[in-house]
Amino acid sequence: MEKDTKAFQRVYTKLFQLTKATVSLYASGIGNEELAIVEGRLAQVVKIMGDVVTLQVFAGTEGIATDAEVIFTGKAPTLKVGEDLAGRFFNAYGEPIDGGEIMGEEREIGGPSVNPVRRQQPSEFIATGIAGIDLNNALVTGQKIPFFADPDQPFNQVMASVALRAQADKIILGGVGLTNDDYLYFKRVFDDAGALDRIVGFINTTEHPPVERLLVPDMALSAAEYYAHEKGQKVLVLLTDLTLYADALSIVSNRMDQIPSKDSMPGSLYSDLARLYEKAVQFPEGGSITIIAVTTLSGGDITHAIPDNTGYITEGQLFLRKDSDIGKVIVDPFRSLSRLKQLVIGKKTREDHPQVMNAAVRLYADAANAKTKLENGFDLTDYDERTLEFAKAYSEKLLAIDVNVEVEAMLDTAYELFSKYFSPVEVGLKQEFVDKFWKK
Amino acid sequence: MNTIGKVTGIIANLVVVEVDERVAQNEICFIKHQDTRLMAEVIKIMGRKVYVQVFESTRGLKVGAEVEFAGHMLEVTLGPGLLSKNFDGLQNDLDKMTGVFLKRGEYTDPLQSEQEYEYKPLASEGEKVSAGDWLGEVKENWIAHKIMVPFVFKGEYTVKSITGEGKYTIHDTMAVLTDKDGKDHKVTMVQKWPVKVPIRAYTEKPRPFKVLETGVRVFDTLNPIAEGGTGFIPGPFGSGKTVLQHALSKQAEADLVVIAACGERANEVVEIFTEFPELEDPRTGRKLMERTTIIANTSNMPVAAREASVYTAMTISEYYRTMGLKVLLLADSTSRWAQALREMSNRMEELPGPDGFPMDLPAIISNFYSRAGYVYLNNEQTGSITFIGTVSPAGGNLKEPVTESTKKAARCFYALSQQRADSKRYPAIDPIESYSKYLEYPEIVEYLNKNNGENWTENVHFIKDTLLRSKEVYEQINILGDDGVPLDYHITFWKGEVVDFVISQQDAFDKIDQRSDFKRQKYMLDKVVNLLNSDFKFESFEEVNPYFKRVINQFKQMNYSVFESDEFKNNEKELEVIIQERKVA
Ligand SMILES: Nc1ncnc2c1ncn2[C@@H]1O[C@H](COP(=O)(O)OP(=O)(O)OP(=O)(O)O)[C@@H](O)[C@H]1O
Ligand SMILES: [Mg+2]
Repeated sequence: MEKDTKAFQRVYTKLFQLTKATVSLYASGIGNEELAIVEGRLAQVVKIMGDVVTLQVFAGTEGIATDAEVIFTGKAPTLKVGEDLAGRFFNAYGEPIDGGEIMGEEREIGGPSVNPVRRQQPSEFIATGIAGIDLNNALVTGQKIPFFADPDQPFNQVMASVALRAQADKIILGGVGLTNDDYLYFKRVFDDAGALDRIVGFINTTEHPPVERLLVPDMALSAAEYYAHEKGQKVLVLLTDLTLYADALSIVSNRMDQIPSKDSMPGSLYSDLARLYEKAVQFPEGGSITIIAVTTLSGGDITHAIPDNTGYITEGQLFLRKDSDIGKVIVDPFRSLSRLKQLVIGKKTREDHPQVMNAAVRLYADAANAKTKLENGFDLTDYDERTLEFAKAYSEKLLAIDVNVEVEAMLDTAYELFSKYFSPVEVGLKQEFVDKFWKK
Repeated sequence: MNTIGKVTGIIANLVVVEVDERVAQNEICFIKHQDTRLMAEVIKIMGRKVYVQVFESTRGLKVGAEVEFAGHMLEVTLGPGLLSKNFDGLQNDLDKMTGVFLKRGEYTDPLQSEQEYEYKPLASEGEKVSAGDWLGEVKENWIAHKIMVPFVFKGEYTVKSITGEGKYTIHDTMAVLTDKDGKDHKVTMVQKWPVKVPIRAYTEKPRPFKVLETGVRVFDTLNPIAEGGTGFIPGPFGSGKTVLQHALSKQAEADLVVIAACGERANEVVEIFTEFPELEDPRTGRKLMERTTIIANTSNMPVAAREASVYTAMTISEYYRTMGLKVLLLADSTSRWAQALREMSNRMEELPGPDGFPMDLPAIISNFYSRAGYVYLNNEQTGSITFIGTVSPAGGNLKEPVTESTKKAARCFYALSQQRADSKRYPAIDPIESYSKYLEYPEIVEYLNKNNGENWTENVHFIKDTLLRSKEVYEQINILGDDGVPLDYHITFWKGEVVDFVISQQDAFDKIDQRSDFKRQKYMLDKVVNLLNSDFKFESFEEVNPYFKRVINQFKQMNYSVFESDEFKNNEKELEVIIQERKVA
């Protein structure tokens, strides 16, 4: 049954157990997590018991027979890294979609983590032009943050604009269950912006088998590590949609008969997601990996295990919501949070940035209270009325995702709105800022 | 000869080893893989089949690999040089590791074997001693680090010889002790201890009777934690657990602080690495890093070592407690440790308890919390470990096994509320749900009233009642409308807001406000109580809100200025003016 082909490749042809996602066979000398080809499909060792080896077949086991050929490759999944990656698109296995060979050094994906004492505290502001982000939830290089959005929100569009404006040396797109339309959209937007040579894509679309997706983030992050660590570049990694990644994890663990925890997710979901997100890093030498991901929600529910575990891992979240008052999608100032913003706002941006941000959000909250009052049939005070008008203008001019201006202009707009609807005392800024910036 | 075994099965980091000779539960072993040795711990023995959890990735590992058992459980190395260090969960010195990326199988020495320490003997020849007794001391940063009779020494020993004053390295012999059979034992500055076993070198563990000043008002004023006490902080993501723990680690009046970053973000540990060497301990003027030890097992580090990390941190804390020091131990987040237990228990196909956690989770948690405490040492000196852990409940729902188990084990409950975090009322501790059982201890009440004035606890209960009443009338106002309730309701509501804004809320990022000692807290509490006891005159409810907003704002200016400075006094004067505007004589 066993025959040696190349030095380390072993070939077997007798499977004795098949499930939807796994096959088991008798084999020896096999390493844990080693890759194999089962009837032309990529598979990975997930369990070894004595001489029984269980393989997870990424594309599923449909049609595989008990006499299928199994070739062990003697290595874990790898990616060839090198300057050649730039401007190219790959499948989940790291093979160019557009054909042709890639020259480069072969690296195992999903490698070890950075020693925490070799990291640097992130401190570089990323300007996106979107006030809902820059003003209220400033992003920093080396940060990891997801968009929380319902599937009908335009998160991929927002991500694409963020990526193009972020002045990254490389943008690495990890498409996890991307629709083919969105894949083509990303390609076109990057092409139109003349940015294709800064892009590397690893794409699994909805047309590909779901379990294959599990390789995409690791591929993208290995490429990111190459550019950030070895080339000292600022790398932005886009992962969309990690909810589908988690779904794929649950498919596998389910088929391996593991005990599911909350929402049928594997008990290791937190560790599995953290392993990816923690690849975000600022190196002292200047290179960095920033991760912007997408976690789609179902009906805005953030207590579901996927967004919940994500929230515990990432450094904040950007919450997209349609504001029915203005008919536009906004970055919700209440539910969004960038935990690293205090490292840059008022330091890398104008000194009054933190105060202006807080004051505006507080007034927006007052407006929300006024709205509740109104809905409950109570009378509104004059102040309430003004907050409502302010909220609408604030939403339109600053929170909407189609805003694209410099931070300075965002702050000026905020003062414009403050002075239009309120007195300085009502806004409660420090006197020195009122003297300096208040619009008379 | 150590026991040798062979790998026969691998499922992620659970490895089955076949062994013919003696092995012990929780024994450490090393799996040979290529040119490295992967550390693992025995977690189950079934005949010749031994299940071990590997503290590293098992990628590439093959059946047949040789396993060498170490003959001891997971231990830490104890001696001078632990302070100011950054360790991983297995006590490897992270700064000594080579390369940017962690390499599996790389284990580094937690101490400096070359460094010389200034030594002074404390015991004398002929003296009878037992485990934990102080033989001598060396200077470690600013503390007098005690060289003790090793904790593994059972029974009584006689000091045969003791090394005189001078400079020595940690492996030099500091004393020779003779046991009751006349056998001599050399003692160096270093000893080892298994992390899962509590160090019990003390005579008594009384009920805690002192309060640990943390500088954080929601703790000290509202729900004080005892020195040697236990508390926990549950809260949904982003509600402020880590910010609060960092505040405690900076401000609390402890001799030293051990921080276990357990399965959380690497950037948060980097924040400590970056800030603590710069920030000063306000009490001693020394850099915070000098009193801090960090155990970092971040979420991307191997899961099995996560569980070990909290035990490593606890054992190091116990070691310093036995030197008569006041230790503050912080663990963020104990839920990650529980999840690590769950992952392993599932892989072992054990019968799961609620939410898939192991059945014995409550026992594991309560055993761990019980290692904290205030102790009388053999020489009648005292030492303490105050332990505060965070809990990250799934979906923010407190009815889940880790929160529930911890609630049974810890005496203080600091519940972070999503709603308060959303409205930026930081620290977002729910003033009504949270409690400190210590406020019910007569000895603590006595201690507080003795130190902070005899009305202290009475005032504390009074402001708590005020908060509760404020919340109740707020609900009424919401139902009946602003003008549907008596004017008094508005005043009651706003008085509660004063307590909330002035006492409960505290800006962790403001240089002044972030730390408030008891003297200052007492001053402000008296001031607030005074206001609460005053009557105010208003014509209509519409006047109440803007007036109290001014009062609160002025109080906050006081919180933001240096205590007893001119600025502080001016702000206070202005506050008095505002109060007099409407106060009924
Ligand atoms: N006391 C505070 N003052 C001001 N801001 C705060 C305070 N506490 C928390 N925050 C804000 O909330 C954010 C999240 O806080 P933190 O990281 O402590 O949350 P957490 O409860 O530890 O969340 P997780 O469970 O995800 O780790 C901070 O980055 C900060 O912006
Ligand atoms: Mg935290």
